[in-house]
Amino acid sequence: MNESTITRHNTLIDPALHIWGWEIPVYLFMGGLVAGIMIIAGYFTFKGQYKHNYFSSFYLPHVSLILLSGGMFALFLDLEYKIHVWRLYTTFQITSPMSWGAWILLFIYPALWLNSLVRIPQTFQGRIPLFDKLSVRINANPRAIKFIGVFNMLLGTLLGIYTGVLLSSFASRPLWNSSMLWMLFLVSGLSSAAAFVHLITTDKYERVLLAKADNSFLTLELFVFGGFITGMLTSTRVHVEAIMFILAGPYAPAFWVFVIGMGVVIPLFLQLLAVNKKIMHTPVAPIMVIAGGLILRFVIVYAGQVSHWTKLSVLK
Amino acid sequence: MARYGMVIDTTKCVGCMDCVVACKTENGTPEGFNRDWINYVVSGEFPTLNMEIRSERCNHCDNPPCVDSCPTGASHVHDVGKVVLVDDKLCIGCKACIAACPYDARYIHPEGYADKCTFCIHRVEQGLDPACVSVCPTRCMYFGDLDDPNSQVSKLLNSRKNHTLIPDAGTKPRVYYLT
Amino acid sequence: MNALSRRRFLKITGTTVGAAAAGGAALKASQILTQPRSGSKGIQKIPTYCDICFWKCGAIAYLKDGRLWKVEGNPEDPLSRGRLCPRGTGGVGAHYDPDRLKAPLLRMTKRGNEEWVEVTWDQAFDYIADRMQKIKKKYGPESVALFSHGIGGNFFKHTLKAFGTPNIAAPSFAQCRGPRDAGFRLTFGEDVSSPERTDIKNAECLVLIGSHLGENMHNSQVQEFAQAVENGATIIVVDPRFSIAASKAKYYLPIKPGTDLALILAWMNVIVKEGLYDQEYVQKYGFGFEQFATSITEYTPEWAYPETGIQPEIIRKTAREMARYKPATLVHPGRHVTWYGDDTQRSRAIALLNALLGSWGRKGGFYYPVGMDVPSYPYPAYPKTVKEKVDNPAKKYPFAHEAITTGIREATITEQPYPIKGWFVYATNLIQALPNEQETIKAIQNLDLMVVIDVIPSEIAGWADVVLPESVYLERYDDLNVEWFREPFVALRQPAVESPNDQKPNWWMAKKLAEKLGLGQYYPWNDIEEYFDVRLKSAGLSLSELKKKGIIKGAQQPIYFDEGIPADFSTPSGKIEFYSVQLAKAGFDPVPKYKRPAGGPPGYFRLLFGRAPVHSFGRTQSNRILSDMMDENEIWVNKKAATRLGVKSGDYVRLKNQDGVVSNKIKVKATERIRPDCVYMVHGFGHTSKMLKHAYMKGASDSQLITRYETDPLMGGTGMNVNFVTIVWEEA
Ligand SMILES: Nc1nc2c(c(=O)[nH]1)N[C@H]1C(S)=C(S)[C@@H](COP(=O)(O)OP(=O)(O)OC[C@H]3O[C@@H](n4cnc5c(=O)[nH]c(N)nc54)[C@H](O)[C@@H]3O)O[C@H]1N2
Ligand SMILES: Nc1nc2c(c(=O)[nH]1)N[C@H]1C(S)=C(S)[C@@H](COP(=O)(O)OP(=O)(O)OC[C@H]3O[C@@H](n4cnc5c(=O)[nH]c(N)nc54)[C@H](O)[C@@H]3O)O[C@H]1N2
Ligand code: SF4
Ligand code: SF4
Ligand code: SF4
Ligand code: SF4
Ligand code: SF4
Ligand SMILES: [Mo]
Repeated sequence: MNESTITRHNTLIDPALHIWGWEIPVYLFMGGLVAGIMIIAGYFTFKGQYKHNYFSSFYLPHVSLILLSGGMFALFLDLEYKIHVWRLYTTFQITSPMSWGAWILLFIYPALWLNSLVRIPQTFQGRIPLFDKLSVRINANPRAIKFIGVFNMLLGTLLGIYTGVLLSSFASRPLWNSSMLWMLFLVSGLSSAAAFVHLITTDKYERVLLAKADNSFLTLELFVFGGFITGMLTSTRVHVEAIMFILAGPYAPAFWVFVIGMGVVIPLFLQLLAVNKKIMHTPVAPIMVIAGGLILRFVIVYAGQVSHWTKLSVLK
Repeated sequence: MARYGMVIDTTKCVGCMDCVVACKTENGTPEGFNRDWINYVVSGEFPTLNMEIRSERCNHCDNPPCVDSCPTGASHVHDVGKVVLVDDKLCIGCKACIAACPYDARYIHPEGYADKCTFCIHRVEQGLDPACVSVCPTRCMYFGDLDDPNSQVSKLLNSRKNHTLIPDAGTKPRVYYLT
Repeated sequence: MNALSRRRFLKITGTTVGAAAAGGAALKASQILTQPRSGSKGIQKIPTYCDICFWKCGAIAYLKDGRLWKVEGNPEDPLSRGRLCPRGTGGVGAHYDPDRLKAPLLRMTKRGNEEWVEVTWDQAFDYIADRMQKIKKKYGPESVALFSHGIGGNFFKHTLKAFGTPNIAAPSFAQCRGPRDAGFRLTFGEDVSSPERTDIKNAECLVLIGSHLGENMHNSQVQEFAQAVENGATIIVVDPRFSIAASKAKYYLPIKPGTDLALILAWMNVIVKEGLYDQEYVQKYGFGFEQFATSITEYTPEWAYPETGIQPEIIRKTAREMARYKPATLVHPGRHVTWYGDDTQRSRAIALLNALLGSWGRKGGFYYPVGMDVPSYPYPAYPKTVKEKVDNPAKKYPFAHEAITTGIREATITEQPYPIKGWFVYATNLIQALPNEQETIKAIQNLDLMVVIDVIPSEIAGWADVVLPESVYLERYDDLNVEWFREPFVALRQPAVESPNDQKPNWWMAKKLAEKLGLGQYYPWNDIEEYFDVRLKSAGLSLSELKKKGIIKGAQQPIYFDEGIPADFSTPSGKIEFYSVQLAKAGFDPVPKYKRPAGGPPGYFRLLFGRAPVHSFGRTQSNRILSDMMDENEIWVNKKAATRLGVKSGDYVRLKNQDGVVSNKIKVKATERIRPDCVYMVHGFGHTSKMLKHAYMKGASDSQLITRYETDPLMGGTGMNVNFVTIVWEEA
């Protein structure tokens, strides 16, 4: 066994990397949630189901504008040189996922806004005459509505993928260095979004529909987790050590109990029972899913920073 | 055009940290941060031991993931010697480059920007060796153009066994260790 | 004791803050002086020489816009060859250290109940001179002693000699290299001295017995060591710890601590028995070889094995390896050799081994150092002292050729042969440097006057009646450095920057004090530049050239026998003494004999200590640049032993020694790099002086745990590797 003594003790870097605190997991979670919401809401808009799925179509875009801004604010809080933030938009760096993310986020605002114009909720009607006028024109043109739906789904998917790619592009951090991470974060975003609607909507039809959708997302998520874990386990020694960090190491309790157990398996079980009318729909399951999604981001971001090409075996 | 690199003879290095101290005074690196550091790697069991002592820093990778991940272009490959640098005026302090570097060579300067070894480009442009190289009491560090087959660094690499750090990460480091 | 010293410091801190706030003058001075030097823009280079340790490397201080920027080696200087060690490079931190002493401090009331106030220099000297005169009147001038370490003490030595005391000592003798120099004197009639006359760079085989070059950063030695490694020299390292040097060695001998003499005797046994020694050399220069050869016949490798733990084949192999490269085989004499109390005899054995290999006076062995002829200043003669030196009454330690610090300490406690009532302490932290700090404190309690001249509020300063703040080396002139080395040279230390507060250089203090004592005639010069000028002129050199270059070198001269150096030895026989008649006469072993060192209580580890490359003893822990490299020490514990004890790297523990003294908390370094029967720590940490805000209580102090020591009967050195510790857990 090697004994490595490094004299460096740079703040945030040593003894293990911890450059990213709560802000980045929150940002990634919010991003994933909004991505899921955009896909769901966009789908309903595209399908012309926005009249049935009242909450998803009328309130979600507005809510996600707020969620997204919250996520962006978290990112902003993380920046160490805040007054330079505008530098993100004086350039486009094709190799940098973060640059992609910055620009994607910039397009998401108009997409969400357009989606919210499809049917302006009663309470907001007549406030801004221009918006009302636009809404009328969109509604007069079914192809515009379809376009808005597709536009939202597309950007939502991009956003969801981005939240995973941001991390997986870091080959330097073995735990993140998985081609499954984008899928994991996308599916997790979808399940969180479905759970979110399930939790908030007052419409019974919508709730059941979303609970069903959530069950498929959660099931899919389990498979993606399986793929993610086996992918790592069959990769290099360094990657095995990295995944063992969350499977058996210091992050294992959080991973198994909160992410897998309470974030996926138990809510899936509860919602299956509820969908099959064995038990009542309660906020318990969706809250668990949402919390699980958030904790997943925390576990991956924290454990990923600690995972290292050479230091891992030393740390254990 | 030159492609600067460093060659460090681990058989002579005594791990005294003079290179670390010199970097600090030369570049005014703030308290609590260092651009270079020593890694003492011991293998074996007492008393049959082997120790490689390495003076480590940014490897000025040919394939620098830190540059690739930077959203603003602050991290860039400099015209002179393909040295990897950070333009603090462009940096937003997002730390993507820090996460991207497998060597943990970077840190956030207290003023908010990402900082790291510059290969002392300000000295090299004046025809001097980097500060760390020029103070090393064992004279175990060499700096020069890797693309010039007649440079001392190229000659050493051709004649001595050497390795780079974490080659598997695919970054193609330009700091080499003679063993 | 600890609690007491801390309380004392609390007092110092408390009142100085108050006094400083009241003393507007001091504040103003500091404000003015922290401004950049007026009118200086851009880069300025000022040559000087380093003082972070006593090696005195030639350096160049760089100022940027009038502010101190960095220090580099002076390429002209043979000691540094243009490169400083990490401590020298970090020397700027000494100037910027915010914890420095800023103004003279005086304790106004009785000791043990003291009140400190900032005073003017004049007041401080009035007080000191008054007390000195009283001591002189009552006990004689000999009752004032000076402890001084380094070249900065030269002018204080001068003042105190003028005052009439012969009692001047440095820890570099009885706590450091005294036994080595005594052992070599007994053998070759000459010291190894400092900088050591070791021709490391030309050695083809280098044997290091504990000398941990690479951690011990004495610059020229480390540079030459790297050269030897590069040249492919065979390196043999004997150390209970896998030192940096050990990692470069072809043969690493993990010896049981304290048994080195057995190994050296066995080596000599092999070399003599197999006829591998330099027969011509021994015949020509040796005295008493036959008796020597007979008396080492019993020390076979098989005999040495159970003592040292080193396999007989390895002993033979390494002995043959040494013989193979003779005379370019250098068995390094070490420097800090006060280990077990048998140190002079061990050093003598090393000298004898070198004699067998014919390395003394030969290339790759020990060269003959040369120096520049710069006459000393023509001062009036010092007054004749009536009493003998106090440290070594009746020549109790017959082979002590310098004053023994611990001897003065003992006399201060016992008042025998006569009382010591005044201590001057210049640039030596006696609390950390001398073994058994209780005894030091006891001695201090017996004093009428205690003056400490320091740059930072060290532990010893905490016990003073008067603390005089000195300018750091980058801010002052010091005496000329006329060193004996490979080539002759003279070097100048000159100020690169001004002192930030009311600190003063030693020459200024020593001169002012002499004047207060009515000894003005001993300082016929007004300014130190006049002093330099007189000395340099008499050597035919120019001060302005020296100021510009920092160093002036003389012509290269022969340094080996082969180059024409006459091989005469100032021993009684005029030869290399394999058998020492003077030792026999004094009742000691004429040829070294091995005595097994006493072991410790069961379950205890032997406490070993040494250097870290980025620190000098206890003087650099508050240097912010160097403390940024390493701000606490660790206790090295063998990995398996650590596992057995249930501690791992990074855990904080305390150490308890055989006398129940418990250390400050210290981090564990569980490592393969040390034997399981000893632990190791870097000396100089665990400061208990609260005014050292940054360094206070960081790491643990080896000195505190050194409550026992073995005195070398030949020269009075204090062997300090004779303490044992256990690990006690730090409550979370
Ligand atoms: N326990 C233990 N004891 C030891 C040793 C050990 O390893 N362990 N080593 C021994 C050895 S080898 C030696 S040589 C001695 C050394 O012992 P010391 O001579 O005591 O050495 P330092 O610790 O450097 O102490 C120097 C003191 O001088 C002060 N000083 C620094 N620069 C200046 C200056 O410019 N002017 C003035 N006036 N003061 C200054 C410092 O602040 C410090 O208080 O210790 C010996 N004692
Ligand atoms: N960086 C730095 N360098 C320095 C100094 C400094 O303060 N800092 N101080 C300078 C001074 S004044 C001196 S005297 C020197 C001292 O430096 P050296 O003379 O080189 O070393 P020591 O302090 O005697 O011994 C420390 C080494 O001896 C080993 N050792 C301990 N016990 C034994 C034993 O029983 N047998 C053997 N064979 N080895 C043993 C320890 O493991 C350690 O490696 O350093 C000088 N250089
Ligand atoms: S200065 Fe040279 S010898 Fe010292 S640690 Fe650095 S590279 Fe090694
Ligand atoms: S070592 Fe790190 S910071 Fe330096 S170029 Fe390579 S990836 Fe970038
Ligand atoms: S911290 Fe600065 S240099 Fe690094 S990636 Fe972000 S913007 Fe670029
Ligand atoms: S090249 Fe310059 S910046 Fe880089 S480590 Fe060396 S001294 Fe520091
Ligand atoms: S060895 Fe280092 S600390 Fe000592 S004088 Fe030389 S440079 Fe200064
Ligand atoms: Mo020493």
